[in-house]
Formats: sequence, C-alpha cells, structure tokens
Amino acid sequence: MEFEEIVHRCFRCGYCKFTEDYHDFNCPPYLKFGLDTYAAGGRMWLINAWLNHGIETSKHYAEILYLCNTCGNCKEHCVFTFKEDLLNIFEAAKAELVEKGLVPPAVKDYLQGILVNGNPYKEPQHKRGRWAEGTDIQPFSGQEFLFYVGDVGSYDEPGKKMAGSVGTILPKAGLSIGILGSKEKCDGNDVKALGETGLFAKLAEENIRLFKEIGVKKIITLDPHAYNAFTKEYPKLGGKFKVWHYTQVLAMLIKGKKIPLPGYKVKVTYHDPCYLGRHNAIYNDPREVLRSIPGLILVEMNRNRKNSLCCGGGGGNFMTDVSGLGKDSSSRIRAREASETGAEFLAVACPICYKMLDEAVKEEGLEEKIKVKDIAEIVNQAILR
Amino acid sequence: MDRLKFDEHLCTTCQTSDCLVKCQFINLDRETAHREVMKIIKGGDSSVLRDCVTCYACEEYCQWGNHPFYLITERREEKGILTASRAITNQWINMCEPQGKYKVGEIKEKALSCCFIGDLRRLARGKLFEDVRSSYILGPEFFCEVVYLHFAKPSVIRERLPKVIENINQLGIEQLICMHDECYGSFTSLAPAYGIEVNFQPIHYFEYLFEKLRDLKSEIKPLNIKAAYQRPCSSRLSPDKYPFVKEIFGLIGVEMVNRKYQGENALCCGEVLRMVAGYEVANDIQRKNVEDMVQSGAEYGVFNCPYCQMALSEKVYKKGIKPIHIIDLCKMALGEE
Amino acid sequence: MRDVYNALVEIVGEEYVSFRKEELYFYARDPGLMPAHEPDYVVAPETTEEVQKIVKLANREKIPIVPMGAGMALTGLIIPLKGGIVIDMKRMRRILEVNEKARYAIVEGGTSQGALKSYLDRNYPNLRHSIPDAPPTVTIAANVVIHGQGRLTQQYGFNSDMVSGLEVVLPTGEICKIGSCSMSPSWFSKGPTLPDLSGLFLGWLGTTGIMTKVGLKLYPKKKMRDVELFVTDREDLIPEILFRLTHTEMVEDITAWFQPKPIIFQGNHHVTLYITGDTDEELEFKRKMVWDSVKEFRDNKDGGFMWILPAMKPTFLDMPQRSVTTFADVKKGGGFEYSGPIALIEKYPVLARKLVELGTKFKVAYSGMARVIGRSHAMMFGIAFTFNRADPDMMERVRKALHEGITFAFDQGGIPWKPTAEEQKMAMERMDPNTLKLMKMIKENLDPNGIMNPGNWEVN
Repeated sequence: MEFEEIVHRCFRCGYCKFTEDYHDFNCPPYLKFGLDTYAAGGRMWLINAWLNHGIETSKHYAEILYLCNTCGNCKEHCVFTFKEDLLNIFEAAKAELVEKGLVPPAVKDYLQGILVNGNPYKEPQHKRGRWAEGTDIQPFSGQEFLFYVGDVGSYDEPGKKMAGSVGTILPKAGLSIGILGSKEKCDGNDVKALGETGLFAKLAEENIRLFKEIGVKKIITLDPHAYNAFTKEYPKLGGKFKVWHYTQVLAMLIKGKKIPLPGYKVKVTYHDPCYLGRHNAIYNDPREVLRSIPGLILVEMNRNRKNSLCCGGGGGNFMTDVSGLGKDSSSRIRAREASETGAEFLAVACPICYKMLDEAVKEEGLEEKIKVKDIAEIVNQAILR
Repeated sequence: MDRLKFDEHLCTTCQTSDCLVKCQFINLDRETAHREVMKIIKGGDSSVLRDCVTCYACEEYCQWGNHPFYLITERREEKGILTASRAITNQWINMCEPQGKYKVGEIKEKALSCCFIGDLRRLARGKLFEDVRSSYILGPEFFCEVVYLHFAKPSVIRERLPKVIENINQLGIEQLICMHDECYGSFTSLAPAYGIEVNFQPIHYFEYLFEKLRDLKSEIKPLNIKAAYQRPCSSRLSPDKYPFVKEIFGLIGVEMVNRKYQGENALCCGEVLRMVAGYEVANDIQRKNVEDMVQSGAEYGVFNCPYCQMALSEKVYKKGIKPIHIIDLCKMALGEE
Repeated sequence: MRDVYNALVEIVGEEYVSFRKEELYFYARDPGLMPAHEPDYVVAPETTEEVQKIVKLANREKIPIVPMGAGMALTGLIIPLKGGIVIDMKRMRRILEVNEKARYAIVEGGTSQGALKSYLDRNYPNLRHSIPDAPPTVTIAANVVIHGQGRLTQQYGFNSDMVSGLEVVLPTGEICKIGSCSMSPSWFSKGPTLPDLSGLFLGWLGTTGIMTKVGLKLYPKKKMRDVELFVTDREDLIPEILFRLTHTEMVEDITAWFQPKPIIFQGNHHVTLYITGDTDEELEFKRKMVWDSVKEFRDNKDGGFMWILPAMKPTFLDMPQRSVTTFADVKKGGGFEYSGPIALIEKYPVLARKLVELGTKFKVAYSGMARVIGRSHAMMFGIAFTFNRADPDMMERVRKALHEGITFAFDQGGIPWKPTAEEQKMAMERMDPNTLKLMKMIKENLDPNGIMNPGNWEVN
C-alpha cells in the first residue's frame, strides 16, 4: 500500500479529534459513533493492523474507512510531522479496498453511477444544464470564463437552486461566462477521495482534454470539491487552468463595484466548506461578500474557519450515506450550532453542505428559526429587495 | 597560528586610553584605565577581566584599531574566566556546531549571507533583493562565530572561522552581502585581527540597500516618519558603516531622531548581556534604552540586528513605538508589505 | 455471548456496543508496550444510569469490566487483562457546573482535560485547573484515578488532591456520592470534615468503582504567564536549585529535564519554571525573586538562565505541551513509554545518571523529566524512552530498560506512578504486609465478584 511506511507512526494521542482549542471533538464519524475506531487514530491503527494481518478486510473495516468525511480536521490538528499525509493514507487504504472489490454497496453504487452515467444520480447527461433555464447564462463558446457546476449543482435540488443563483448573478455583473451543459463531466474529486484512483484519472484526463479543445483558460467552480480537484490534482495531469471558487469571484466583483448592493437587514452565520476552508485556506472571501451587504450582521459559530465542523457530506457521504442521520450526526450538530447563534440564515458555499444542512435543519425541526441559503442566493435576495 | 595581532606599543604610548575611559559599564579615570590596560597586556589580574559586560564598544573607542576587546576576550579564556555559566556557554557552542544542516541557494558570484538566522532569509524578499535572493547561504556552516566573544571563547572562533571562510570559498562566492552586520564584522575585523585570510569581498547590507534604493528612487514614497535607530553591539566592529543608516533614512523619507544613546554612545539591546552579566545589568540597559527612544519622540524603533529586535520589540511596542527591521522599513517605502 | 451483547444493546443502544473484530483489536491495546489482550465487548454509555446497568449486568454475568478514558497512561492500565467489557467513558463528557466563587467544577466521568480548559478559557477567564501535559483527550476522572499531576502540582500537590467530590458507581452497582456532595448540594470537599472515603477510589486504577462525576478544584488564573529556563551542567545541584526555587513561593509549575538531542540540550540539565501575574509589575517582581534565589549558582558560573527566543516560547507555554507527545516520533516510530516513579528530589542525580546509563546500555533514545510535586515534597521522575513501533527488537530493549529503571527507582525509595501490572506486583512485594491486608479487605468488600479491572492491584 502507498504510504505504508508511515502508518505505524500514529500515537493515537487524539489531538486530531479536537478543534484547535479543544472546545469539542470535531471528527464527524467519531462524534456520531463515539468509539475510538471511528476517529483518525483508530483508522490509522486499523490500517496498520490490516497491513500486518492483525485484522482482515471486513464489512466493518470498509465501513470505518468510508465513514471518513475527508474533512481534514485531523490533518489540521495532528501534532506529528506526517500530518500532511493522513488523508493520503486513508485514500490509499480505500484504494486497496477498491482494488479488491470490497467497498460498501452504497459506495459501489455511487462509483458505478459515475462510471456508467457520468454522475452518481444516474440521470441522463442531457439534463445537466437544466438548472440554467431562465437565467441569462449561455453555453460555453470561448467566453472568458467557464462556469463549472458539477454533479450536485446539476442534479440535486438544493444544488440546482444554488447553480441558478450563481448563474443569475455572474452574467448580470457583466462577466463573460459560459457553461458546458450536457458536455460537462464529473470532476472526480470525491471519486479520488473514495480510493477509485483509476476512475479519477480517466475523468480528469477527459475533462482536461475537453477544456483544452474548446479553449477554456479560466474556470469558476460552484463546488469547492471541484475547485480542489482543478487546483491540486489536474495540474499534475497537465491541466493547468486559472481557477476560482464563485465566492472569490463575487468578492472581486463587489470590490470592483460591479454588483450593486442595497441594504439587507438580516443576521447570518457562515459555514466553511472543508474543501474551501481547511483544504484550500479560503476563509475570507465568502465572509467579505456577506459583510459587504449593508445591514447584514455576520455572526460566527463556535467552530469556524480551520475549526469548522464538516457538514458530514464529504468523502462521498452525501450520497453513500453510510452514517445516516442520527442526532449525533455532524450535520445535525452543525444545524443546532448554527441555530444557537440566533442567525436567520445559515450561509453555505458548497452544494453538498447545502443539501446536508438543509436536511439537518428539517430533521432538527428548526425550519422556522433558520434557513439554509447559499451566499449567491443571499446576494440575489439583497439585490431584489 | 591565528594568534591575535595586538600591538602592545600602541597602548603603552596611548594618551587617552579611550577603550576603558569611555566604557559605559566600567568607571575608570584615565590613569587607572591605562594601568589596567597594561595589566591586561602583561597577563596580570585586571578587574576589567571580571567586570567587562562584553558590549564590544571598546573596539570602536580605540582610535588605533588595536582590538582591546579581542584582547580582553583572549586573556579571559587564558585565565579560565567565564562570562556566562559553563552550561550556557556550552549550549551556545553546541547550538552553532555545524551538523550538515545548512541551506544553500543557486549560488552566483554575488551571494547573500543569512548567517544562521532564518529571519534574515525571510527579510530578503521583494524588489530590493530580487536579483540576489536565490543566491544565498544559511546555516551553522556559514555562522560568523562573533558571538563567542561574549562568552570569552576565542578558541572556538579560531577553530571554526577559517572553516566557515573555506566553506564560502568553496562555493565560488566572490562578493558576499552580509545580512547580519556581525558577519561583516567577522570578515573585516575579526578575521584580519587573527591573520585569517578572507579571499572574497564582504559587503555590508547597508551599503547594498543604499545602492538599491538609489536605483529604485523613482518608486520610493517617502514615509515621513520619525524613527529611533537601535545600534547593535556588533556594529562596533564596523563603525564606518554607521553613516549609511542616516543615508538610507534620507532616501526613504525617515527622520532619524536625536537621542542620548546614539552613535558612539549607543546602548546595546541587553539580551545577551543578561546571560553574561545578569538581569540587573540587562534590565537597566533596556529600561534606559527604551525610555530614551520614547523621549526622542520616535514613532518607529528601527533595528539592524534581528536579535536586538527580538529582545526589544515587545518592550518598545508597549511604550507605543512600532518595532521594525530596517529592511522592512525600506520595503514599506517601496509600497511592499 | 449473544445474551450479554443484547443486554448491552438494550442499555446503550446498538451503535454504542461492539464485539466486532475492529473494536476488539483497538481496545485490546494502548500506545505503550504492554502486551495486548482483547475485550469481549466495547461499550460507550452516555449516562450514570447506563453505567450502573452495565455494572449490574457484569455482576450478574461475572464478567470483568474496565473503565477507560483516553487510554493514554501508556502502561496498559486499560488493557482488559482478563477480557470482559471495556467501558469507553468519553461520551459522558458534559461539564455540569462551575462554581466560580468557590472555584470548583463538576464534570462527567469522560470529560477531557482539553474540554475543561477550553470551557474555562471561554467562560471563566479567571479560573484554571491543573492540566497535565498528556494529550488534551485524556480525561479528568482517569487522571485522578491514577494520581496524575499537572501544571499546578508544584503549588497544590497531586491532581487527585484537588478533587472536591465524586460520584462513583460501586463495583456492585450502587451510585455513591463522596465528600460534601453526599449531604449537601455543594461539591467543595472530597472528604474533610467527614470520614474521607475518596481514598477508596483515588489511585485504585479503576479497581474499586467507576467515577461518573468528578468535582475538581479550580485555581486563580492570572492574565500573564511567562517561562524561564535555568540551565546547569551539574545534575547534583538540581535538588538544591529546586529547593531554593520552591522557597520563593513565586513559581507555578517547575520541571527539571535533560535529553541528548537536539544538540542545544546536550550535556545540560534544564529547569523550566513558569511565573504568572496580573500586571507587568507582579510578573517582574516574581522574575526578580526567581533570579535572586539562584544567584549563588549564577555567580559561580554553575548555572544560568537561557535566552528563550520569542519563536521558542509558544512551545514552552503551550498547555498541554504538544512537544511532550511528539517525543513519540523521534525515531519515526510513533511510540514512547515511561516509568514515572515518585521519589525524593534528592534522588534526582542518581536517577538521572541511571537513565543515561540505561540509554547507553540498551541503545535506546531517552528523555528524563522530573516534575516537582508540592514545595519540593517529592517529584515524579519520568524515565522515558521513545521507540519505533515497527521495530520489535527496539521495543524489547525499551521494555528491559524500563524494568531496570523502575527496579532502581524502588531501590532508591521511590514508589510507582500508574504502574504496569508487573510493576504493581513488584510494588506489592515491597509493601508492608498489613498494608496489603488492608487493601485486600477493602477490595474484597467493595468488589465481591472481582470484576473491576482485574489483574490490577490484585492482592493474593
């Protein structure tokens, strides 16, 4: 296994479970299941046991590995020098399971969907651009920017709504922008996180080829997961593009006074998506967008920025749903935490967070108190008022 | 080999004995001073060998260039007189021992010496350094060894400095811009005093900054601030470079405030002296020094040596003065950072 | 098997019980060097009542139970030596009450040190507790069960001395209050002026009951905190240096330590000491007292204070100190273990020399650290070795070095801290027979079925 020379070095000390100031545990599967095996240290010791034949591959072993949200809290707070490789190790261990065909059925289904249908929703390709109906956004034909939406923005209801909000605002601000519509393909970020490195390479290569063929140079992504793949993985495969997350673009447009912002008196709390925050250290742009709306009060949850609690949807878990929604699931803990701030809106910047937290707010019965809104949606609402 | 070159005759006939008369820490009249100097030369038991706090200033006070401080240091070691405790002395000797963990950039004829101070590498950024930044050396293998004067361990200098010079030579460096003026002092004062040959050209970074700022003159936005300059102990080894501070300040629109402790009368940062002379001496120096900066009306406290900056930053900041390294001040004038 | 499992599921819910191989593997060991032994079940309760039901079930089935916090004692105290049920207490992690004016907190049995620190920092900035340098996941209850030490141990004694009340599930399943809380709503005293029953649980390594609530004394937290480092090359001076430093009554935590690497530390002994103050004046006054107290050693060059560069300070001021944990990976092998005998401070020189000898003899990397307990009343002398978990030979050498180290410490009049099962046997062999008899009486009466963490403090 790749990285196997590091695995035994974990001391299982548990710094990785916490936020930086030890305020609370911050590892989603550990919060939900409460046994040490589900935390990063547990995974490390089990992988080491598996490498040394202390345990065999099993359904439960696979479940533990696939419950990881790849949120990066462990990588952020581990005290050892190998911390940067923690997620790589988990990915390598999952890759071993993929190789042996021992992934949990839901994960298999997810990967199968992408392999066969090009998306985990098993929806036809021609439906991809449907979200754009009613917006001014045009198919990509050499515009300055490609707006890459991704699977969740294309097929999932909250995602489509979010794509619509971004797709409305960007052309209005005068940006030359187009979408791929039915030609768009899965970015593969979570496929890689699930250990299906072969499928990831195939998707990435196809995307890079397409982008190059049609002359894409600059990309704006809806999904932080796609942003992560495009900025960190694609360059290794020859795909070097200028990439922004849409919140970064909004921040620039607002700074350049391209978006008029009337006052909007509302209290908002912002949830950092793991692949925007911890994985790519973009903490300020989304907050700047919100703060620039006159009258909007931004309040922080206890856990924010690099200590943010994952929505529970990372690592494919928004689809594979290995953990299910219990009261200790991180999405529900997060919904409660957001509500405790007294905010009316829980602002998100990732379609997966949108989906997970929207459901969690309903499960918690908090719909009357707090509504999940994507940042572009809040900006649009401010403009329309 | 590498014996200190010291001309006894110069002291015998010296009419001022400035080295000790001007000392800020030992209070001697001219006659006693002369007597003590001669005692030191003859290997006698001078009180100076016990009382010297290692501020380096006598190296500047001596108008004959006769290295009184190096001599004091030699005599202390000969007599086994320690400045700091054995443990601290050994700690410093160990700490800077070459262990093959140095860093070397893409070396060209002209290179930057960052000594063994990572902060200096971080300082060497931006327009001022874009031509030379990649050509640098850093690590104990290139450490200038001057600090062992504080610890009365010239034997360590004699042993290590030739190797350091050899290491630099082996890289084919012809001009070495010394980012720490202690290094410059090492190559232009200490090495010659011990007859150690230096066959590259040391350049003090003040001189480098001055030239660069002149080139970039059109891009400078004068800062229009008042600043007090903290002169470090090591600058006593190269007093001829001190005027560059005023020149540099002039180029970037900084007014160098008049203060009691400036020029020859400068007070050191006190922190190394804390280890060798105790906290009473160090606290007294720091209190006077910071108070003087406040009195002078300075908005900024400008540092040359990163260690002075570490020692005094918090203390001056608490008094409402912003601490800054002279390189950062220049960058500020260029609109960087 | 199935019956016990079903009963446990009935008590805590299916998600929090396991007898799957993965959990049994993990909970069979700790990060130290003791041999693994698998439990039959792992369970994570959320309430005192659930703990009580588990204990009653265990009595009925005569099955051992082992309460566990973070499992970081490193000496195998949570390894279920005779199988049974490991009770992971960390879901019981609420902070129930802080009485600010009486300076105590009541926490659940699985509350971590880190969480209490963070809670106090956020809500009671004038209060602190005696946090140990173990990772922040370690629990308050487990720490007092093993008589742990912490940042305030020099000032106020063992962390177990700071307990101000307990709620314990007895081995037979009764829920029992210990201290003032047994007759009052307030948790200000663990015993006095009543008969002090806390001694039936503190130090017993989980063999006499399970702590479900702990009252813990809190202490004033000053606004500023700084560190000084006194360095000497003569280990024989350390006891006198510590005596003078503790005499000042100006210092928070004091530790004396030595290690061969990195090279800056070679050949020296270091005394790290912390001072605190609400104002610069207070801090500087204390600093002066500290410097003056060791003036003699400074003057004759036997020791001096090190210049701690600003970049180094966070490492020393960190609470808990992360650098203690990273010692585990010095050999790129993720392991360390230490024996921490409690001994007179005058034994520092001989113990220090012994540790160096052991390092050379067994070719293992060592680190020595003594934490002052009380005003030089005693010290915990950590005989610590790092090891590579992938190198069985090195692990065996460390085991031998530790064994020789603790034997030597006993010979020097020391007593064990958080001893391994083997070290407990060695200690009991040296104990007064009547003391042993009393321990046996207590144990047999409290735990008639012998189900509580068996294999530990077992008097034959």
